[in-house]
Amino acid sequence: MDLTGQLLQLLFTGFTLGGIYALIALALVTTFNITGVLNMAQGEFLALGALLAASLCAAGASLPLAFVIAVATLALLGGLLERSAIHPARHAPGLILIIITIGLSISLRGLALLIWGTEPASLPAFSGGGPLFVMGAAVNPQSLWILGLVALAVAGLHAFFELTYAGKVFRACEINRTGARLVGINPAALSFLAFAGSGALGAAAGIFIAPVTLATYDMGFLLGVKGCVAAIIGGLNSVGGAVLGGLLLGILEAFGAGLVSSGLKDALSLLVLLGVLLGRPEGLIGAVAGRKV
Amino acid sequence: MRVLEKIRPPAGTAGCPAACLIKIYKVNSSQIDFNSVVNRSYEDMLKNAVVLTVLIFFLVLPLLIRSNYLLGILIVTGLYTIIVIGLGILMGYAGQVSFGQAAFFGLGGYTAAILSTSCSWPTPAALLAAMVLPGLVAALIGRPTLKLKELYLALATLAFGILVHILFNEGGEITGGPSGLMGIPYLSLGGLVFDRDIKFYYLVLAVVLLVSLAVHNLIQSRTGRALRAIRESEHAAEAAGMDTVLLKLQAFVFSAVLAGLAGGLYAFYVTFISPSPFSFHMSVQFVLMAVVGGLGTFWGPLLGSGLVVALGEALRWAVPLVIPGAGGEYQIIFFGIILVLVMVFRPGGLGSLFSPPVHRERPGRPGEKGVDDSVAGG
Repeated sequence: MDLTGQLLQLLFTGFTLGGIYALIALALVTTFNITGVLNMAQGEFLALGALLAASLCAAGASLPLAFVIAVATLALLGGLLERSAIHPARHAPGLILIIITIGLSISLRGLALLIWGTEPASLPAFSGGGPLFVMGAAVNPQSLWILGLVALAVAGLHAFFELTYAGKVFRACEINRTGARLVGINPAALSFLAFAGSGALGAAAGIFIAPVTLATYDMGFLLGVKGCVAAIIGGLNSVGGAVLGGLLLGILEAFGAGLVSSGLKDALSLLVLLGVLLGRPEGLIGAVAGRKV
Repeated sequence: MRVLEKIRPPAGTAGCPAACLIKIYKVNSSQIDFNSVVNRSYEDMLKNAVVLTVLIFFLVLPLLIRSNYLLGILIVTGLYTIIVIGLGILMGYAGQVSFGQAAFFGLGGYTAAILSTSCSWPTPAALLAAMVLPGLVAALIGRPTLKLKELYLALATLAFGILVHILFNEGGEITGGPSGLMGIPYLSLGGLVFDRDIKFYYLVLAVVLLVSLAVHNLIQSRTGRALRAIRESEHAAEAAGMDTVLLKLQAFVFSAVLAGLAGGLYAFYVTFISPSPFSFHMSVQFVLMAVVGGLGTFWGPLLGSGLVVALGEALRWAVPLVIPGAGGEYQIIFFGIILVLVMVFRPGGLGSLFSPPVHRERPGRPGEKGVDDSVAGG
């Protein structure tokens, strides 16, 4: 493979990785803006969704059925966690809320470990056939599925927020919670929906990436952290920023791993997070992307 | 400060004017009333007696238990206590959380290990360096992030913690990679070599005692009063001319120095070091220890470390009985659930079981039907 092909290959890998981070960042940013909670358990939703779907598939369910059941279960779980852990402490300072979500995160990981053990589980690729070749670089068809999901999620969220009445309610709550309450919007219900939606989106993302990465009980944590990095690069308050941040991070990681060292791939994104937090805490893209949602 | 205490309702009396008045009356009377002064010194005596009793208990404890395993657990609990004391100051007074204490713990450990082996520094000097280096690193991370919302230090320390753990694993010859470094010498102070568990136990006991007393005095000092003022209300503290960012930074650096000290001691105790005890899970456990014991209390760190270590040991023993074949770090489920429960229902720690829960400093209080404010609103 020549250099162009190699670089192109890294770029495709980067887009796939970035798509995953973007999905996580999307859920994080949406939840954060509605509830003020940075949900550190988001990555665990991916792991649980992927593991659950893999088990269902192994038990004989078809992939679409497994997908629907896993997404519905995780939506329920997300809502349940919000009611049991976030809602009772909703007036607590952000410090306590972030500790709570980290507690949830490690509990869910332990739960996954108990149920599924340490063996990785696999899911079949959505479409058969070998990799596609573009200018000498191989593209895994599953990557296209992932990017498709990102596009669908962005378009869906955008349409929901901009075009529907319910979406306007969410946006009102994001822009000014007190004002939203004054006109009769109940932020507690929205917080429940935000977590249920995060669970569903997380499960979907987990199932889409499982054919590429395999599903393991501990896959969620670093994914969640990287989603956070992407969200922070995007400034924590814009959906567009989150997606751009995710793609940027993915490409950076792919090139870092391909050109420098694969062992330090994870370290790279953490360095980016530290760098952004220390240097430009308002996000790299936030200032450019501007408007909230 | 006195003025502030008078005009602000004391903690635990939110929304109850009567209780508030009684407390204020108490504060005032303890300054004026002679009887109260006598009562207070009586209370102090009682407190000293309790401290002395506990100290004697821990002094004779090794004579009662004859198992080296238990002694080892006590030593590790003592080391954790040192870390949790620092974290307690950061969380309880400065209102910040660090999810990277295990990394400072590890930095201290590796600093002591590398300096005393490859560089053949004398062990006390290596231990000193194990305190200085984490402190410097904390100052570097803390300065920019502490100016921002509480969220950012949590994230920065989280990222830092995982990063450092990766560096320990990928450090090649310097850190020994995943298998770690061996052959760390015993700590020797003057002619005294801490080569047996029992000696090390008393060393750790002495350090815990010294750190506790130092912190106790710190809380009574000018800096301590400022820290307490920040805890009560950051805005009021700022309005009174305190440099809250600097104070928070000092608390953060202090917590890192203590974690580094514990790490250095750990390296000299186990004489072997590998990345595994310094993972993110350990950082979460330190936070758990700090909140379980109660933030900003004298006994909290000891209580919290003891309880969490005991729980970990009990789970290690009990879970395989219930679920055969359970392997790995399944304890984290319980640690996570307990952390959530404590944070939701008793943010003041188990020490506050006998007083009503108080969520600090947020206009919309629990149970209040009024307008609620949020981070997102701004």
